[in-house]
Amino acid sequence: MKRFTTALIALAMVAIGAAGQALINGGGATFPYPMYSKWFNEYKAKKGVAINYQSQGSGFGVQQITAGTIDFGASDYALTDDQLKEFQSKRGMAVLEFPTVLGADVPAYNLKGVTAPLNFTGEALAGIFLGKITKWNDPELVKANPGVNLPKTDIVVVHRSENSGTTFIWVDYLCKVSKEWEMKVGRGAGVNWPVGLAGKGNEAVAGQVEQTANSLGYIELTYAIQNKIPYGKVKNADGEFVQASLASVTAAAAGAAKNMPDDFRVSITNAPGKGVYPISSFTWLLVPEKIADPAKKKAITDFLTWMLKDGQTMTEALSFAQLPKEVVAKEVKAIAKIK
Amino acid sequence: MASSAATIAGARPHGRASFVKRVLSGDSLSQAVAFVCAMMILVVTAALVFELWTQSALSRHKFGFHFLANSTWDPVAENFGALPFIYGTVVTSMLALLIAVPLGVGAAIFLAELAPPKLSDGMTFLIELLAAVPSVIIGLIGFLVLVPMLNVVVPSIKDLLGDHAPFFFSGAFYGVSILSAGVVLSIMIAPYIISVSREVLLAVPKDLREAALALGATRWETTWQVVVPYARRGIMGSIFLAMARALGETMAVTMVVGNVPKLTGSLLSAGDSMASVIASQFTEAAGGVYLSSLIEVGLVLFGITIILNGAARLLILATTEKGAK
Repeated sequence: MKRFTTALIALAMVAIGAAGQALINGGGATFPYPMYSKWFNEYKAKKGVAINYQSQGSGFGVQQITAGTIDFGASDYALTDDQLKEFQSKRGMAVLEFPTVLGADVPAYNLKGVTAPLNFTGEALAGIFLGKITKWNDPELVKANPGVNLPKTDIVVVHRSENSGTTFIWVDYLCKVSKEWEMKVGRGAGVNWPVGLAGKGNEAVAGQVEQTANSLGYIELTYAIQNKIPYGKVKNADGEFVQASLASVTAAAAGAAKNMPDDFRVSITNAPGKGVYPISSFTWLLVPEKIADPAKKKAITDFLTWMLKDGQTMTEALSFAQLPKEVVAKEVKAIAKIK
Repeated sequence: MASSAATIAGARPHGRASFVKRVLSGDSLSQAVAFVCAMMILVVTAALVFELWTQSALSRHKFGFHFLANSTWDPVAENFGALPFIYGTVVTSMLALLIAVPLGVGAAIFLAELAPPKLSDGMTFLIELLAAVPSVIIGLIGFLVLVPMLNVVVPSIKDLLGDHAPFFFSGAFYGVSILSAGVVLSIMIAPYIISVSREVLLAVPKDLREAALALGATRWETTWQVVVPYARRGIMGSIFLAMARALGETMAVTMVVGNVPKLTGSLLSAGDSMASVIASQFTEAAGGVYLSSLIEVGLVLFGITIILNGAARLLILATTEKGAK
């Protein structure tokens, strides 16, 4: 009994301690979570400010920040005009979006006998996901892969079952390279897929591809690098076949940096430039324009400043592509908008 | 008996005591507590229906009853219909029952009637252990072990059938499918059927067995013609419990069903179920009609569970009347 009481008291103290420390609450995107988790830990160690983050998905981040239940949200896709309007009407202010790191989608496949990375054109990927290109030895694929012996088997398409930032990046790219995709399927975190099987999360899609012969799915670059999953090259706007890497993803962002809009809502899929990987994207933190509590306001602005300076040096170790310098400079100025 | 009646009768004269005392006396208090407990269940159920009903208002107003017949699920165009999920839930659950009922009832008969007690107890322990395995583990095993196995077995069956394959066995097979979901569900629900049916069979009075044996029935005749019919209601009950679990299963189905909201009619193609689509899409559905439609799927699932349970009760009623004749 005594031991039980002691345990209870200890538990209560832990709970109080946690409640006292968790000053800032945030939540959203799962893809940048390893990076955010590292940042929040480092930041707490250095500045003593605890930031609590619920990695529940971009949709969660957008919904909860609009409802005002968290202090900041995180999303793999920029808010749409409708979502901005909804935020304005519900919270009576605007929301600011800060890019933190970059992400990219890669085409992962399971094809026996193929060792070197396959080349994919935008037309080929759109055709495959539209269900118009059904065989691996389709002329479009053969043309892009001279000398590779492609089998005459059906392509099994694998995609995500739930809404996700990963899906948004993928279909945003398909929209840009294929008018037909844009007309028939469109753009969104989740779409009405013409063909394919689906799995929940990067791990399920990767697992499905691994298990199914002749399959092709899309997964996050970070996930592919960390789990050593082979993936193909994609043809960029300049006509080169580029394999996704931290450098080629940062290159995609650098191209966009020159004419970056003030709200940072920009799509960098199919971006022009040499060595650019075309299926790349920013991921954003969503911060309300006005923060009533001065302690919270200071904590959030301080964190953003730190993240853009010290934080950016930690990205490569976790296989995240860092922001181009021009974007960082512009964001530092934007922090002053938080009132 | 007589003495307890006397004490109750003897307690009556105190009935004139103050209201508080009367209320605090064991009987009324326990009655009140039990009543509140029973009402809580009703209140929670009513609150659940109310929440589902109000939260799905957006979707109900936009789609009306067409929601039940529409087979499109398009988050971009915000056009949602529940038909593929209703189909998936019903087909996977029925398939699971088709596999698990003969297996489960057979195993229960063996354990209750035929197996030596030691073996029976040991096996029952293991079966109940199987019932306690979390569904996400079953799903994982389903995805990593069962699906690759089916990937070998099904194509060879298809080769055997050749052009004679029935419509529900047609089309390409990639492992994850309605069939895989049904098989995984059957593994999940069989322990329920076995464990409850075994208890019911064991509860059949010994006199009945002895009477049948005395009349010259063999052991199997006694079991099949006397014991099982006597326990029929209980066995049915175990099957409906299992069905309820199959209808509502989320994770295990999500992992092996393929998550594709399409109607094909073939067991080999990928599909999706109502519980599975809610589990996989709910956290990421960013508000509005999308979220409301998912909640309406929940409402429909609730309705279908009630309908199937009602049908089950009617079935029990019908069969008991027959048995009474």
